Amino acid sequence: MKKRSTLAYPCVVWILIFILVPMFLIAYYAFTNEGSFTFENISSAVQNEIYQKVLLRSVVIAFEATVICLLLGYPIAYMLSNMKKSTASLLYVLFIVPMWMNFLLRTYAWQVILGSNGILNTIFEAIGIGAQDMLYTEGAVLLGTVYNFLPFMILPIYTVLIKLDKSHVEAARDLGANGFMTFFKVTLPLSMPGVISGITMVFIPAITTFAISRLLGGGKFMLFGELIENQFLSARDWSTGSALSFILLILVLISMAIMRHIDKDTSEDEKGGGKLW
Amino acid sequence: MVKKIRSFFKGTYLGLMLIFLYAPIAVLMIFSFNETKTMGRWSSFSLKWYEALLSDSQMMSALSVTLTVAVISAVVATIIGTMAAIGMHSMRKRTRNLIDGVAQLPMVNPDLVTGISFMMLFALLGISDGYVRLLIAHITFNIPYVITSVMPKLRQSSNMLYEAAMDLGCSPWKALMKVVIPDIMPGIVSGFLLAFTLSLDDFVVSWFAGNGVDNLSMYIYGMARRGINPKINALSTIMFVAVITLLLIINIKSIREERMQSIQNKKTAQKRLAK
Repeated sequence: MKKRSTLAYPCVVWILIFILVPMFLIAYYAFTNEGSFTFENISSAVQNEIYQKVLLRSVVIAFEATVICLLLGYPIAYMLSNMKKSTASLLYVLFIVPMWMNFLLRTYAWQVILGSNGILNTIFEAIGIGAQDMLYTEGAVLLGTVYNFLPFMILPIYTVLIKLDKSHVEAARDLGANGFMTFFKVTLPLSMPGVISGITMVFIPAITTFAISRLLGGGKFMLFGELIENQFLSARDWSTGSALSFILLILVLISMAIMRHIDKDTSEDEKGGGKLW
Repeated sequence: MVKKIRSFFKGTYLGLMLIFLYAPIAVLMIFSFNETKTMGRWSSFSLKWYEALLSDSQMMSALSVTLTVAVISAVVATIIGTMAAIGMHSMRKRTRNLIDGVAQLPMVNPDLVTGISFMMLFALLGISDGYVRLLIAHITFNIPYVITSVMPKLRQSSNMLYEAAMDLGCSPWKALMKVVIPDIMPGIVSGFLLAFTLSLDDFVVSWFAGNGVDNLSMYIYGMARRGINPKINALSTIMFVAVITLLLIINIKSIREERMQSIQNKKTAQKRLAK
């Protein structure tokens, strides 16, 4: 039996060199200055007003995108879960297929639509509104983010909702709850795990994306991901870049911890049962 | 009446959402056949952007980089990952969890962080060949997905068959190849497919890891950054049609299998009734 564990050694060596060492490099560059340990990179990155502004903007846009995706996506998942199975699975595939398309192409599509000579402006001129500046605005970045990540919100919520035991809903109705109450007191709390994983699947990629903000924001509405990319590929400042990446990692860890915390609370509710009613 | 109004609203909402998702793709596809470069007005039907795309040597080399990196990285990651899963399965729980935790870092980390960490590593190690860089990066982020697809299958399979094979005179190696591997094959295949599609679609990690060697995503990004280019529309159309065809083939196959199953079930039920 002992011999079989040697099969894992190539993988162990591989992940040591190509996962652990690179992660260590980020920490190393974030916390050293010419070889000696320092907090300066982190503190100067935190105190930089431009970086603060970019970080705040990224968090706000990612938050807005997540809320919009949730508001648009939850009703879709809910409607599909209450349909006949054959129609639901067909519609579900239709909602998920865009995910299979390369996300750069999906983003580029909005460049075509929103551009100054784009199709929307042609329509606007035809009906007399006149051309608008839509591309390279904050709204365009938000729209692109929502468009790219909406399927990632629908997917986990739908998976939870179709597994949901319909007898809970029936019981609530039998006990006199109206449709509104049944939804907020039964269906929504029970679908929380799906909502949580949907939120994580939208929020974290939305903060770190740099391609969407570059293509639809034109470099004017820089997000945190783009800032880090610039530090490495344009400024070639590894120390600041690593410090910023470190801050990003902390941010991701915090949001994941919060999500896990909420998730734990709801699953405890489920076990207890009492709080639900 | 109320029900009718409600289902009308439902239909409208779902329809609008589908339009929101598909209209941009439809616009891309329609204007890929447009004669002129302007995206607002239709002039006349033409295939010239497709010709331009297919004679673009940069695009062709990006395509071949994407495909070969996807195949090679998926194969290597499947081999390393499957071996690791089998090895880890026979380890103590603590060691297993430790290895699993580290291997899964690329799954948890934002792609951006994984990408820049590769960039720094390759620069320090002096690995300058862009193609090799892409391969190493893709193998690394594929490995955890293979392990997570193979592990559950290993847990389901019992050790008894393996031991029986050894009792009947198989060498450990032969027992592994003849008994264990066939048993966990579905997990290996799904791990391979997952790795393959992830590699095909990757942009962020490749953007930092690649050193002058572009895959298709990087090629698209480079063109899109310079503004609107109908060649991208043509490429979108081709890729979208390819994806749809692939999904249809997979779905039709599974639908057919389901139908066969239900026919067979019916037949056995009829036989039972006849008896």
